[in-house]
Amino acid sequence: MKKATLQLETLTCPSCMQKIDKTVRTLDGIDKDSVNVMFNSSKLKVTFDDSVTSVEKIIDAISNLGFDVLSSQVTEA
Amino acid sequence: MIRIRYILRKKNQLLLVSFSFIVFAYFTKWVLQSEVLFTSSLIVASIVGVLPIAIQAYQSLRIKLISIDVLVTVAVIGAFIIQEYAESAIVTFLFLFGAFLEQRTLNKTRSAIQSLTQMAPQSALKLTESKDFVEIPVEEVKVNDILLVKTGAKIPVDGIIISGEGYLDEATITGESKQAHKTVGDEVFAGTILENGTIQIKASKVGEDTTFNKIIALVEEAQDAKSKTERFIDRFSKYYTPGVLLFALIVYLLTFDIPKAITILVLGCPGALVIGVPVSNVAGIGNGAKHGVLFKGSEVIQLFSKTKTIVFDKTGTLTSGKPQVVNVKYYIDNKEKALQYLSSIEKESDHPLAKAITTYIGPMETLPINNTAVIKGQGIVANINDDKIVLGNTKLIEKENIIIDESIKKDISRFEEMGNSLVIMAINGKIEVLLGIRDAIRPNTLENLNSLKKQGIKKMILLSGDNQGTVDKIANELGIEIAIGNMLPQDKATYIKKLQKQGERVAFVGDGVNDSPSLAQADIGIAMGSGTDVAIETSDIVLMNSELSSLPFALGLAKATKNNMVQNIVLAIGVVIVLLLSVFFSEWMNMSIGMFVHEASILLVILNGMRLLKYKLKKKSKPCQ
Repeated sequence: MKKATLQLETLTCPSCMQKIDKTVRTLDGIDKDSVNVMFNSSKLKVTFDDSVTSVEKIIDAISNLGFDVLSSQVTEA
Repeated sequence: MIRIRYILRKKNQLLLVSFSFIVFAYFTKWVLQSEVLFTSSLIVASIVGVLPIAIQAYQSLRIKLISIDVLVTVAVIGAFIIQEYAESAIVTFLFLFGAFLEQRTLNKTRSAIQSLTQMAPQSALKLTESKDFVEIPVEEVKVNDILLVKTGAKIPVDGIIISGEGYLDEATITGESKQAHKTVGDEVFAGTILENGTIQIKASKVGEDTTFNKIIALVEEAQDAKSKTERFIDRFSKYYTPGVLLFALIVYLLTFDIPKAITILVLGCPGALVIGVPVSNVAGIGNGAKHGVLFKGSEVIQLFSKTKTIVFDKTGTLTSGKPQVVNVKYYIDNKEKALQYLSSIEKESDHPLAKAITTYIGPMETLPINNTAVIKGQGIVANINDDKIVLGNTKLIEKENIIIDESIKKDISRFEEMGNSLVIMAINGKIEVLLGIRDAIRPNTLENLNSLKKQGIKKMILLSGDNQGTVDKIANELGIEIAIGNMLPQDKATYIKKLQKQGERVAFVGDGVNDSPSLAQADIGIAMGSGTDVAIETSDIVLMNSELSSLPFALGLAKATKNNMVQNIVLAIGVVIVLLLSVFFSEWMNMSIGMFVHEASILLVILNGMRLLKYKLKKKSKPCQ
């Protein structure tokens, strides 16, 4: 398992948060309980199984919603 | 999928295109007098404008979420049906323009913490096996690495100085731009700046464990920790938006008035309400973090702003925590000899009073001592050369049957009245030196407590492990009504619990080391502690610079933040009520005006929140003394 912290573009509406939250939850290999979208710091913290998915796949899913991912950091969970 | 991403990325360009078409449309209407061009330009503007909104609406609906985008999209479709193209064009433009401005201004309210994040060190100079220093990214530094820090550079990780010395600007940790001199054995913190000197440090905490990174993570979590009010608003807006949709539908079915129904859709957006509360909190917490006051979330701010009772710990909180020799009386002619004896004996002891004495005397050549006997709670008896030395409190002097004559008794009671702890030295059965040692009150403490009273604190209580006499003395000097001594850490927590049972909201201020039970028990635990993990973890508010002067600032900021939030809620709800009433009872209301007022109210709450970034405690002019 790995832990990713993504810095997103500034989130301005709480519904953006819900969109990102629900979208990331539906991806394969995600620890659903770990998904934490932080509105004010515009960050996403998530734990995922790196044998199933990758941080690139998570970033891709978020970009497809129209949100820029500015940077990402992955550490061992 | 790619195309959707592309359209959403180009939102700002679409905004510009939509604006140009609207301008062009009115140009064709008023100058060229062409209705056809006017209408078709507005249709283009509407479609360009609604495109990103509709995509976002579709995305929300897919996850079963009725967002603001859905309301606006339905409203625009409605406007198309009744061929009100001017309305649809202007509404979509205002909505996009509002979102654009919101992003810009929201960034400002969050800037306080971002400016801290930018202080994060990037690289380090690491000692390699070939004995030279190589630059590596800070992420690669490991515990026990030896690192070189040059003048002007940032300390890369937490560590201990192993060689060199220098002056450090620790503003990133304490919020105070004061230079601290540090040398071998001292702890240095990541993110602080070495103003001059060159040092080598041994890394002790790296990565997420450094004090700096812990503070950042803490503040970020605090900003997103939701209070009861926020959770209520979240829940409320979850039902509110679909509710507005339903309400608009009912109005339409009852009146068949499409303009009225779609105007309701636009007005009903809960934007300002949803944005208003987080904006106040983020700005307030951000301002605090910049000035060395960490609030752990908006719940803490709200509770603290309503607090009327503050319980203080004494040592290290109201007093400096370092006892000092403040009064000395010699009965001996040879002072030099007395000091040398004192120094020789007290050097052997770790007792705080002994430390105070050796610090007072300073470096001095010591003599060999023998036959040392430590009498617990009383003092030391020892021999130097052929002299028998008795060094301790009055109990020890009495026990050794040493005579205290009348004039010395007077001196002793005078010293005690001043709140001193006493140390007496007798040489060969005769009292030669009397020392008064006190844990001095920190500078400006009275002033800070008075300003807390002015800010509405009704009750201040002092709890201490020290003896009642000393505690009373300090309470008297500081104007604290209730002062209780001889308390163990758990007694303090029990006392706080008792106050809470009487229905009081209690804040406790302590140094965070041995006061964890009280910090945890109090409604608001406030730790004075620069960079101690225990303090950061068990408390609700941390005063990073360990200065009591941060306390009035923290209370003032909490109150200002709370007021700001209330203002935002009132403003947001007020605007929605006025708008909804005008739909039914006025002639001037339409979709465009509604959208304009709605977006303006969002910007207003953001701007109001930004005022908190500038909050400072007003210094009242000091009265003449």
